[in-house]
Amino acid sequence: MSFFLELLINGLSVGAVYALIALGFVIIFKATEVINFAHGSLLLLGGYTISELTPETNFYLALLVGLTVTALGALFIERILALRIRTANTNTLAIMTIGFDVVLTADLVRRIGVDPRSLFDPWKNDTVQVIGVTIPLTRLVAIGSAVVLLTAFFLAFKYTSWGVAMRASAEDAEAATLMGIRRGRVAAVAWIIAGVLACIAVVFLVAFPTPGLDGSVIPVALKAFPAAILGGLDSTAGALVGGLIVGVAEQLTLGYSSELSFLGRGFAEVMPYVIMIIVLLIKPSGLFGTREVSRV
Amino acid sequence: MSEVTAVPKQAAGQPPAPTGEKPAKPRRVKRSLEARIQTVLGIALVLALFALPLYLDDSLLTMGQAVMAAAVGAIGLNLLTGVTGQLSLAHAFFIAIGTYGYAYFSGSPGGVATEYGGLELPPLLGATMAVILAGLAGLAFSPIASRLSGIYLGVASLSLVFLGQHLLFNWEGVTGGPNGRAVPTFTLAGLVFGTPQPGDPQVFLFNVPLRRNELLWYLFLVVLILAYLFARNLLRGRPGRALQMIRDKQTAAAVMGVNVRRYKSAAFVVSSMYAGAAGVLLALFLRNPTPGSFGLILSVTYLAMIVIGGLGSIPGAVVGAAFVAATPLLLNRYADFIPFLAQPGSGGVDSGTLAKYLYGGAVVVVLLLEPGGVAALGRRLLFTLTGTTRRQKMRAAAPVSSSVAETGDETTAETGADSVEDGVPGRSDNGGGAPSTQSLDSPPGSSPAPPSQGPDRGTEPPTEGNRRP
Repeated sequence: MSFFLELLINGLSVGAVYALIALGFVIIFKATEVINFAHGSLLLLGGYTISELTPETNFYLALLVGLTVTALGALFIERILALRIRTANTNTLAIMTIGFDVVLTADLVRRIGVDPRSLFDPWKNDTVQVIGVTIPLTRLVAIGSAVVLLTAFFLAFKYTSWGVAMRASAEDAEAATLMGIRRGRVAAVAWIIAGVLACIAVVFLVAFPTPGLDGSVIPVALKAFPAAILGGLDSTAGALVGGLIVGVAEQLTLGYSSELSFLGRGFAEVMPYVIMIIVLLIKPSGLFGTREVSRV
Repeated sequence: MSEVTAVPKQAAGQPPAPTGEKPAKPRRVKRSLEARIQTVLGIALVLALFALPLYLDDSLLTMGQAVMAAAVGAIGLNLLTGVTGQLSLAHAFFIAIGTYGYAYFSGSPGGVATEYGGLELPPLLGATMAVILAGLAGLAFSPIASRLSGIYLGVASLSLVFLGQHLLFNWEGVTGGPNGRAVPTFTLAGLVFGTPQPGDPQVFLFNVPLRRNELLWYLFLVVLILAYLFARNLLRGRPGRALQMIRDKQTAAAVMGVNVRRYKSAAFVVSSMYAGAAGVLLALFLRNPTPGSFGLILSVTYLAMIVIGGLGSIPGAVVGAAFVAATPLLLNRYADFIPFLAQPGSGGVDSGTLAKYLYGGAVVVVLLLEPGGVAALGRRLLFTLTGTTRRQKMRAAAPVSSSVAETGDETTAETGADSVEDGVPGRSDNGGGAPSTQSLDSPPGSSPAPPSQGPDRGTEPPTEGNRRP
């Protein structure tokens, strides 16, 4: 039972981090109808910046710089995409982000090199006892940070004028523009927020107990895709639920891998995708996504 | 709003295509100058490709094989993503099926660290079965593929790559596990497409001995030509028009009587079979394929190929494949002459990284500046050379659907409708090398919105206008 509890808490923690990344996808998608395949490399950009700075300064300062760099990176991609956003369709824009991803990933992986880097976070490899199970401190901090960030986001989304503008333009872009909402600004803010969330996520993705930052963080970040999709791409709450589902399912599969050995080694890696396919077969727009209807 | 007007517009564009009710009368129209130039250029290129192995050294021959194998796969992906508008990242998965299918069906059991099996079928039979197997895999995925549209499919197809990777690494009896497995030598009618053994018959062409690389070059070239012609004819016929219409406006396509779901499945199956064929070629070329080479990055390179070449253009796919597949090999070959290139692993910019900068950057630049890709540039060049100034020809050369205004603003919509009418006589002019299969069918302005929902169930990210409040 305590093993299960440990897996559950680990799963919720990893899931909360996935939810942060997935929320980034969803915000960008809602604001601009772009699927950002470059999200993984933005994450890597944040991690790389922090790992370059931490040996010289303290961690929080490095984190601040990392957040800024990632946000600027996201903004840069957004500005380039904005040149074509009126005329291109979603597929074209998605492929463009793939182009950015290829260049950015190649460059960062080259710079990081072969050895995983540590971000020297203040939580190190401490563990804590929670209701009888031992959990790495980073996992708890991840849950805490995610809760704070997600709450702040949902409050802002509901009550601030940016949130209203964002929801309005996602609802009906044309009407929102006519009402005086500047879509360009809404989109830019959405990308910046997504970049910030990605940078915070990477800190926890590469913290203890994982080996550290290297190119392999990108496939991990990509697991936020199934999270976002199975929650429904245009649903912010869906991103949260999807992230948690993916995280918990993955950690449980990992924990019970000896019982699940008939599925092959490393099945936990593909578990999120299996869940996504099953959900999509039943609900093609995800659990909370808006079902599309077409009027002729 | 925009799509209500879009339906009659599409309808107006359709009559020349045989829509089923009235079989179009075969019209003999004098082939245009451009078409004839394209044909001549095409034949010249093919002849040159047949002559080249007599002069090239081994590393260039290998490069040519890599390019041709990639081109077959790129044509397949273009049929799905460029023509039908279904973004797919699963191409690497189907390529892997072709590769390992061939290796298993025709290969013999072996392996040092991990034992793997093989059925030892004749190579041609094994290759055919591998292609069919890839098609079946595409068919198995099509319940998902046909229900999802646009971007949802793109992300769902991502799952196939990861599932495929899991399968390849774990199904050691077939794939040989992480270390890969040997691929059987291809033989056809007594010819051995491998390193000649003392007893093997030697073949000479103009006194040049045809060894492994030359023979494989010819094999790949024949497969590529067949793949090219099949795709071109498919696009010119009724299925091609239906697929393009699904891309441009799914609802309109359904209204016109196109069975959207079936066509989407079919496009997926055909595309996977192309991927399977490319996989077989890749198997012959790689000799010892390892699962690691069939990851997401392979899918991404194929996407880069079709984007650089031009979405929806068959010759474009070949050009894009040549660029993306040859660049790393060329950089590697001439690394000593490029001053800033570092050794791989030293932390500097090595040739592999530089190649990624180049094609990743090319994708962004192409989509920014010329969304029709190289194909659109070529068309424009051709029209300039032949001095064609007719309006619809220039329209045809203009960037296609992906680039065109989606906002449904009135001016674009009207000119778009004009060019449909103008384009009718021009349509049959396009008899030659035909890069412009797509553009004639989707004149600018004819509602290139992301494919929206047909009467079938399915999903679609919210688009303006068709979202229920």
